[in-house]
Amino acid sequence: MSHMLKAISFLLFGFLFFCSSWAVDDAQPFADLSLQSRYETLTHQLRCLVCQNETIADSGASLASDLRRELREQLAAGKSDDEVVKFMTDRYGAFVLYKPPFEPRTWLLWLGPVLLLLLGVVVAVRVIRKRSLMAIDILDDSDEDRKQSDQA
Amino acid sequence: MMWKFLLPAGVFAILVGFFFVGLSRDPSQVPSPLIGKVAPTYSLPRVEDTTQKVSSSDFAGKQHMVNVWATWCVECRKEHSVLLEIAKKNVVPIVGLDWKDELTSAQIWLAQLGNPYLATAFDEKGRVAIDFGVYGAPETFLIDAEGKVRYKHIGSLTMDVWEHEFLPRIDGRIK
Repeated sequence: MSHMLKAISFLLFGFLFFCSSWAVDDAQPFADLSLQSRYETLTHQLRCLVCQNETIADSGASLASDLRRELREQLAAGKSDDEVVKFMTDRYGAFVLYKPPFEPRTWLLWLGPVLLLLLGVVVAVRVIRKRSLMAIDILDDSDEDRKQSDQA
Repeated sequence: MMWKFLLPAGVFAILVGFFFVGLSRDPSQVPSPLIGKVAPTYSLPRVEDTTQKVSSSDFAGKQHMVNVWATWCVECRKEHSVLLEIAKKNVVPIVGLDWKDELTSAQIWLAQLGNPYLATAFDEKGRVAIDFGVYGAPETFLIDAEGKVRYKHIGSLTMDVWEHEFLPRIDGRIK
């Protein structure tokens, strides 16, 4: 029995590698490691506009491979990260950035969750306070008090 | 006391507003940052005759349309008859940008289906398409006499789109 369990776990373990080993990007890596790491960081920051929930690092679309080629060539030519990103946003707009920039147009997007959280805290505090007051009222069993609290 | 009931209703109304706008938008239509800016320049071999070049400077000072297409693009085949019809009206010239395609297939396409283009540029590597911010075919740009991008349509052209989106933006025409 334990042999079979072992075999199954080996098999499952094998699948784990099987899934992750399929990389989309088949380009020759840069000889320069720092260039390669910049390249990888940038490809994970840019959106593939054909399949919008994928970065160009993960997308198999031909546009993504064109954009990766563009990226490689520009990095090899000595362009800075900012210059490359500007090249992309000039052509495809801010939407090409996987992480939206913090600007007036996106304030609500970035701050909305915080605002909602604050609103929730305010509501929760009010409700809890009221409930605890009600609990005191119930414990206090005098008819006088109950009358007063009813009127309030 | 009343506000306690109005507040959730108000929040709900705001959410409905957000969803109404958000969900009625088509997420595949990404607005182009090129609108109002000078169109990219290019110089590419001509599909009809690769010994010739098609350059953006050929159309300097003339308003024209740039239509991005490819023979692998199914929508483009649907769109082709509309392009032919628009070309027949002789309002603005249409320049083709054949995007990441095979030359012979493109030549056969134009020979068989008819050629609505003044000239078609062959963008084999898709570099000019990147400059135009193209992310899917077909896409159509309207470029004015100053060389600025005036409008971009994503997806198939129809006569309806031509009449309502392109014609009103074309100079020298009274709608």
